[in-house]
Amino acid sequence: MPDQVLFAMEVMLNGLMAGVLYALVALGFVLIYKASGIFNYAQGVMALFSALTLVGIMEGQVPFSHLINAIFGTDIHHFGWHVPALVAIILTIAVMILFAWLVQKVIFRHLVNQEPILLFMATIGLAYFLEGFGDLMWGSEIKRLDVGLPQGINEWIDLTTFEAFGYGFFIDNLDISATIVAIFLVAGLIVFSQYTKQGRALRAVADDHQAALSVGISLNFIWVLVWSVAGFVALVAGIMWGAKSGVQFSLSLIALKALPVLMLGGFTSIPGAIVGGLIIGVGEKLFEFLIGPMVGGATENWFAYVLALVFLVFRPQGLFGEKIIERV
Amino acid sequence: MKLTTLTIAAVMAAGPVMADLVFPSLSYRTGPYAANGIPFADGYEDYFTLLNERDGGIGGVPIRVLECETGYNTEKGVECYESTKGEGALVYQPLSTGITYQLIPKATADGIPVHSMGYGRTSAKNGAVFSNIFNYPANYWDGASHAVTHILNENGGDISGTKIALVYHNSAYGKEPIRTLEELSAKHGYEFLPIAVDHPGQEQKSQWLQIRQQRPDYVLMWGWGVMNQVAIQEAANIRFPMDKFIGIWWSGSENDVLPAGAGADGYKALTFHNLGKDFPLYDDMQKYVVDAGKAAGAGDQLGTALYNRGMYAAMLAAEAAKKAQEISGVADITPAQMRDGMEALEITEELMTEIGLPNFGPTFSVSCENHGGNGLGAVAQWDAGAGKWSLITDYYQSDQDIISPLVAEDSAAFAAESGITPSCS
Repeated sequence: MPDQVLFAMEVMLNGLMAGVLYALVALGFVLIYKASGIFNYAQGVMALFSALTLVGIMEGQVPFSHLINAIFGTDIHHFGWHVPALVAIILTIAVMILFAWLVQKVIFRHLVNQEPILLFMATIGLAYFLEGFGDLMWGSEIKRLDVGLPQGINEWIDLTTFEAFGYGFFIDNLDISATIVAIFLVAGLIVFSQYTKQGRALRAVADDHQAALSVGISLNFIWVLVWSVAGFVALVAGIMWGAKSGVQFSLSLIALKALPVLMLGGFTSIPGAIVGGLIIGVGEKLFEFLIGPMVGGATENWFAYVLALVFLVFRPQGLFGEKIIERV
Repeated sequence: MKLTTLTIAAVMAAGPVMADLVFPSLSYRTGPYAANGIPFADGYEDYFTLLNERDGGIGGVPIRVLECETGYNTEKGVECYESTKGEGALVYQPLSTGITYQLIPKATADGIPVHSMGYGRTSAKNGAVFSNIFNYPANYWDGASHAVTHILNENGGDISGTKIALVYHNSAYGKEPIRTLEELSAKHGYEFLPIAVDHPGQEQKSQWLQIRQQRPDYVLMWGWGVMNQVAIQEAANIRFPMDKFIGIWWSGSENDVLPAGAGADGYKALTFHNLGKDFPLYDDMQKYVVDAGKAAGAGDQLGTALYNRGMYAAMLAAEAAKKAQEISGVADITPAQMRDGMEALEITEELMTEIGLPNFGPTFSVSCENHGGNGLGAVAQWDAGAGKWSLITDYYQSDQDIISPLVAEDSAAFAAESGITPSCS
């Protein structure tokens, strides 16, 4: 097989893996939009905050230590213990549930029946608040995140493809882990929404708020639930992206990678987020490989948004989104 | 009497307070680049605090550091400049190429010097055109040449047929070394492969697959922020030999290598100053600043690459201020006198030893024709086990046969478009 074909195959496989990582971020947006019609601008910052909290708990970091030291003249930074990754993840999930409850109690409860643009603006405010709060709580230095996920080239794939084609493909073990986690996450979300009482209540709220209220479903509870689930998804995305780059404030920018995925897959579809992520991942990587060298490279963001724009023109609701029909 | 009092009060209110030597610090302690901005700002401020506490300022005049948060945002940086210049600011360190470009015409018109140390517009080296802009001791084009010199040294002086890739941030900053590396490629016969990375650089799979497929012998990097950490991790993932991977000085802090853990071991970065805190000055810094509770930050950044750079920038500013006091004969200098001091600056090893920083930085001198110093730079290597950077080379002289014509060409273009008549009279 010619080298260029093999290289293209390798790029395509890596594009699929990258697409899974994009989809992980997009899923959080979809969950909240589907249940409440809110486009959550803070989803990227939630990924950052959850990852910061996870590392902080794992490393035994004293929250708000800079503030405490500045006020009381102390010099404390660490409790002196290390928490196992699994325990730290469970504690972080608890923090994200508390965060969801506070968001509902302090912000969105007071904005029921307001225009969607107001809800969106509220999430912008929330994003800035949370970013500053995370900085104050855990500090702004770049932190290494190691929850035990393998990283680096997968030897088996390298060897197998080398024996088959004479060229070993590079697939990152972390990307394989992300794919497995994403499969379980999506399966879990589908099982949750189809087969549990809370899941069915969530779908009912998503379909018709008024009807859901009339049969006794608590809107408050459902919104806390959906923000909690979105917080959990943000944590998963934060772990995967944080393992690649360290946990740092740029992590909030991963939301930019989710937007074209949402435009492509639709804002209300979980399968849409996955398929959209895969299309964007493969498309941008192949475009960069085939066309990039002719135009100076760095085409990935451009390609993702242009592809999303094309989809918007021909299918505004995205591949899997619900078509909105409003009759006069 | 009442009228006299009112007049004095009006003069005091209208004019800048001249009782201090004012050094603004355009810092970024918030936002995506805060992890890099904080140690630099701490080092910059701590050095001036040390001078105040130990020496009573510079030439007997206390120093006042005016910190202004830019968030690494060009618009905010310009706002900071506008809001602080009236305070009698002596010199600006914009700490951003974008802000530097905006300040070049403004600061020149206001008569305030700008020191863009290791960033900004490279051709500002030509002081005949850029009267108020200084970029000593080294610039990006020097850096590109240092990297190639290092590769030449590793290969017995012959790199013809070698392939050198440049992974660069797809911005004006990242593209800075391309022309120089092309010229050096023509001179030394290596194949040059530029590879752009989209901002912010969180996803670089395509670029590193390209490197894996193209198999360059060396990879150079002009990155910033998250791009650095991801690139080093991806290089480790594809098992690119780390001792063949060389970053510019903005890709060479502890922040860049620590997230990759052991995978970053052996990674190299260019630098124009020494690393660590094994210098006599740090004893004073500990005693007068950190232990006295006067450190700008938590006092835990001493000796890190970016803290040292901030401290070095402050030291060079302080020495220029001393030179200005010496030339003008007054202690309470103006920005114009500070500019003259910067243009007459001479850093010798004797001076560095006297300051408490022996072998910390290159020796160089500044003149009207040369605002960029002598173009010396070295290579540092990361030891992941010990968790520290170490200088592994002497200071290299950049290839001025290549760089000087490029500086002349670019500065002449700027002079023509800005209507400046180059002059060193």
